[in-house]
Amino acid sequence: MLPGLAYFLLFHYGALVGNVIAFKEYVPFDGLWGSPWVGPGNFQRMFEDGAFWDAVLNTVWIAVLQLVFYFPVPLGLALLLHSLTWSSVRRFVQSVAYLPHFISWVIVVALFQQLLGDTGLLNSSLDGMGLHTADIIGNPDAFKPLVVAQVIWKDAGWGTIIFLAALAQVDEQQYEAAAIDGAGPWRRFWHVTLPAIRPVVVLLLIMRLGDILSVGFEQMLLQRDAVGPETAEIIDTFVYYQGIVGGDYGFAAAAGLFKGVIGALLVYAANKVAHRLGEQGVYK
Amino acid sequence: MSAHVRPGWLEKPKPLTQAAKALALAAVVLLVCVPFLVIVSTSLASTDEVVDNGGWVLWPTDPTLDAYRDILDGGIVTHALGVSAGVTIVGTLLSLACTVTLAYALSRPGVFGSRPALLLILFTFLFPPGMIPSFLLVKELGLLDNYASLVLPVLVNVFNLVVLRGFFQGIPEELYEAARLDGAGDWWVLVSIVLPLSKAALAVVGLFYAVAYWNSWFYASLYLESDHWPLQQVLRTYVVAGSGLTDATTGEGTVTAPQTVQMAVLVIATVPILLVYPFLQKYFTRGVLTGAIKS
Repeated sequence: MLPGLAYFLLFHYGALVGNVIAFKEYVPFDGLWGSPWVGPGNFQRMFEDGAFWDAVLNTVWIAVLQLVFYFPVPLGLALLLHSLTWSSVRRFVQSVAYLPHFISWVIVVALFQQLLGDTGLLNSSLDGMGLHTADIIGNPDAFKPLVVAQVIWKDAGWGTIIFLAALAQVDEQQYEAAAIDGAGPWRRFWHVTLPAIRPVVVLLLIMRLGDILSVGFEQMLLQRDAVGPETAEIIDTFVYYQGIVGGDYGFAAAAGLFKGVIGALLVYAANKVAHRLGEQGVYK
Repeated sequence: MSAHVRPGWLEKPKPLTQAAKALALAAVVLLVCVPFLVIVSTSLASTDEVVDNGGWVLWPTDPTLDAYRDILDGGIVTHALGVSAGVTIVGTLLSLACTVTLAYALSRPGVFGSRPALLLILFTFLFPPGMIPSFLLVKELGLLDNYASLVLPVLVNVFNLVVLRGFFQGIPEELYEAARLDGAGDWWVLVSIVLPLSKAALAVVGLFYAVAYWNSWFYASLYLESDHWPLQQVLRTYVVAGSGLTDATTGEGTVTAPQTVQMAVLVIATVPILLVYPFLQKYFTRGVLTGAIKS
């Protein structure tokens, strides 16, 4: 167990200590420990920076869009798959639907560019039919719906796993008993299916709310330059561009630490609410 | 063959419902498959055909492997492919070894310090260290432009650790006791009893690690010089960002790769996943994950 534990101590706790840089001004020559302290200076600068608040707003906005438009999709897909009685069809569709989860963001973004870009499949077809072409890739107005669509394409299939597992736990006899008692499909759905998946839905909602300051970093980083930071900058890419690209490590680490602390507090709060509602929550 | 069992109590579905379901399922399958078909077809088409068609081909009339020949004859993509394969194989083996030993220690009752160790590890899930401190740490450790920087900072994944630990805990206690009565030590129990019983879980966790290493590009862009890049990062710079590819043979100047070549790189980056996936996919439905998720 030692190498694994050593890894956590070094790369997680070692790096965690490195967050002191958020209270310093990083001087490359002096290194992490030799750089001068600046107290809360980095945080002050951050709170006065309009670009930082834009990034926070973009992050939360995209997370909310995902919650509204992505979250129901795997649930609906799981219910659809669960309702199939033809198991070989079901297994085939499941296999196909899981697949995009294993494709890297680089490839997913490339695929979307190929299909929806200026000269992509969609626009060539529209053009061929004499219709107006759709300006999707590189259009700031279309960016947020586009990234949500990408998340749906990549992860909605995989997201069904946890719902399908919950649905599989339901005893067939419950459905049968309800049917014999005269409950139609809708009432069976309402009184048997829904109670079975409710804990999972609540759990996932809580986890998503706790994680609201995170939206796919790789996905956004890959596409930020195509539409500009006003639309596509999220907290994580802000940290990246300020720190790694700009070299302002202290300032960037302050933004990262801000996100980490708020994120942990949100998970804690969401968990409390779950317990209050009589649900299990993420941890006890 | 296909089990098509309809329980006696279930009503016959209305034709309309059935049609709607079939339509939805067909849409799901097409939405996933058509993009792959387009890139494979385009990579196999001739450059002329692609240009005539306006940048893409749904079905090549005169398939050719020219694009693949271009990128596989020792240029930048060939090298990147080697880097990706090496990092994926070495990384997956190292990660599996560290995750298995740690999960095993944390799954047995009475191991000294295992409770605080577990809390310590789970806390990192709640509060990750952040990009900048991680970057500075890798820098201070002198791992910049070293392939180890792609593996060591992501050596053990907490989720995979929890999956394996849950699986190990599900192994009946009697088996451990029997082995111990035979005088087997911890290592022997792990190798001769635990691992053979955990093939499904090891396959899934191994797949997760391998896919993560194969798909990783951000750390490479952060830590490595461009001549050491793995495939995904090469793909990113010259398909997604659209910049030209440095001429592989002369190392000078840039050539913007034709569409067919770009698509061929996309295919090569995707194919290993498509090849491994069917063999491991069956384990997903067998409840390996779901058991662990519940715990």
